[in-house]
Amino acid sequence: MTLAVFFGCTFIAFGPALGLFLFTIAHDPLRIIILIAGAFFWLVSLLLSSLIWFIAVKASNPQDEPLQKGLLIFGVMFSVLLQEAFRFLYYKLLRKAIEGLVALSEDGCSPISIQQMAYVAGVGFGLMSGAFSMINLLADALGPGIVGIHGDSQLYFLTSAFMTMVLIFLHTFWGILFFHGCEHRRWWEIMAVVVMHLAVSGSTFCNPLYVGSLVPSYLLMAAAAAWAYLLSGGSAQNLWRFLLCLRSGASPQPRS
Amino acid sequence: MITFMNNSDSEEEPCNERTSLMSAESPSVPSYQDGLQASEAGEAQAHRKRRTGSSRSPNNIADGEMSESGVPVRESTLENEEEELTLKYGAKHVIMLFVPVTLCMIVVVATIKSVRFYTEKNGQLIYTPFSEDTPSVGQRLLNSVLNTIIMISVIVVMTVFLVLLYKYRCYKFIHGWLILSSLMLLFLFTYIYLGEVLKTYNVAMDYPTLFLVIWNFGAVGMICIHWKGPLQLQQAYLIMISALMALVFIKYLPEWSAWVILGAISIYDLMAVLCPKGPLRMLVETAQERNEPIFPALIYSSAMMWTVGMAKPDTAARGPSQQTWDAAEDGRENHRSPSHGDSQMSETRSPVPTRPITSLEELEEEERGVKLGLGDFIFYSVLVGKAAATASGDWNTTLACFVAILIGLCLTLLLLAVFKKALPALPISITFGLVFYFSTDNLVRPFMDTLASHQLYI
Repeated sequence: MTLAVFFGCTFIAFGPALGLFLFTIAHDPLRIIILIAGAFFWLVSLLLSSLIWFIAVKASNPQDEPLQKGLLIFGVMFSVLLQEAFRFLYYKLLRKAIEGLVALSEDGCSPISIQQMAYVAGVGFGLMSGAFSMINLLADALGPGIVGIHGDSQLYFLTSAFMTMVLIFLHTFWGILFFHGCEHRRWWEIMAVVVMHLAVSGSTFCNPLYVGSLVPSYLLMAAAAAWAYLLSGGSAQNLWRFLLCLRSGASPQPRS
Repeated sequence: MITFMNNSDSEEEPCNERTSLMSAESPSVPSYQDGLQASEAGEAQAHRKRRTGSSRSPNNIADGEMSESGVPVRESTLENEEEELTLKYGAKHVIMLFVPVTLCMIVVVATIKSVRFYTEKNGQLIYTPFSEDTPSVGQRLLNSVLNTIIMISVIVVMTVFLVLLYKYRCYKFIHGWLILSSLMLLFLFTYIYLGEVLKTYNVAMDYPTLFLVIWNFGAVGMICIHWKGPLQLQQAYLIMISALMALVFIKYLPEWSAWVILGAISIYDLMAVLCPKGPLRMLVETAQERNEPIFPALIYSSAMMWTVGMAKPDTAARGPSQQTWDAAEDGRENHRSPSHGDSQMSETRSPVPTRPITSLEELEEEERGVKLGLGDFIFYSVLVGKAAATASGDWNTTLACFVAILIGLCLTLLLLAVFKKALPALPISITFGLVFYFSTDNLVRPFMDTLASHQLYI
């Protein structure tokens, strides 16, 4: 345990997100604000879903194990649905904000596009979700202890870190997909995001059978990544050019 | 210890709550207009700068006067451009405040989590005489409310005293008071803090080294804050001072009293800044009448005012810029002062003399900043630090309070951009912070703990 596990898990879980933040968000104050507001919206959704779960638990018999398990499942699903609802509300807020920014700008176009906002909002949701899942674990990882001494899985910290990383990525891609669906009125995209989220959360019920939760989540992440890339204007050709480091004036950047 | 705290706190209290937020006036940038109207623009701008006192209203009057002086169309376009600029730079200013607030909170949380001294109960301040060790809940609540009443009354009395001193021009008294307070903070509290940190990490330090370190730290701090110094260094000192003060509050305020005091201070701040007879508002208006920057106070300024690239003859150019710099320094001096941390202080630009502006390329945009009272820093950090200290070891609560406070600050700055006058910075952030603290600690924590024990992810 201690420092090695702490730093390892921190960088597994938050390293890519930190990279995303440093290279694409940190230099633009507007994006930082959108990030933090996204984190706030996620937090409010968590608050409301915790409230519902708490009331349900307090109103029920604490000795009844299956009931508590059922309430937990209900709590998780409700929380997922509420998160997506708040993502929609955030979309509405950002749309209004874009109109305001356009009205204020000198040349009639907003300094940030809705696609960029979608990306940043996704990162905001993901970072907050990851932080809430992981920070307490990391704090515990700093102290002494033996993982899984009572028969639980010994890979608890490691798998938690990987799960957090995939969840942050997923939230980023879901943000892009969701906002794109809202923009172009494609409800099936929105439904796909909700279904994916429910699937990922549901798969974590397989834990500690990690092959049942991590593998599907990573596959879904790859699928969501490809889809978001295509929606943002990318194509196989762009990717090929990028990988070959070809410079061509005619190739459009997929995303700023 | 108690008596010392007495002194320092008596000087600190008013400043801790003079928490208002004020955005700098955004000057219109003459680069939009063509050269032959630049002089008129310069006139308008110079006049506007001179009137750039604490709040917008005198400037509106100034604008009105200007429009009569024969540049009516110019005025409206200038106003519009000003508004655009204010809002365009809004995001940058928000970040310029996010960073120091975040840094202050990080210092406080890191200290609370590592140095046990600041979470040990070791007596109470003289301002909160009622103990919370009573067995019954009702008694405890009553004691905390009484403590709050006493603390807030002390703050009110101090503020009114300060306003009276300012009104009757007892500047020397105020300056002396402020210097004494910052001496106390920079030397005594730093010494205690350093001692506790060394104890925690079991590091030995001999007295000569300690003396050297503390002396240098304190002396440079006094110079930076009260006189001239690099902006970054001054900002760093202000952040450290706020963190130290917040740690003192976290240590010496009993639990329930701390939360009630936080709530009460937000309400008081709201009233003191916005009510017509509020002490802060009267202070600002007095400063405006005298057309001078409000005396040294605890204000964090995110940027200083400077003008660049005057192509006039060197002496003339250097003259005003020199005065500008001094004015900026004066203004910055005003920022550090324990007794009146009112950030509605007039901007440093008020004493700037007018300069004729000859051509566009020579005048560059002035770097404006947003000012936030150090009392705001202190109370934000108290909230987050208390959350870190008392939320049963839970980091989620600390994180939630942190995000809530940042969002509150963002909203306050948005309102500032809309209303363009000095606003209290505490109410929205502290309300969000308190709501999120209690709800996260009581509702979210059990949920997340249950999820973590089953390794479920939402």
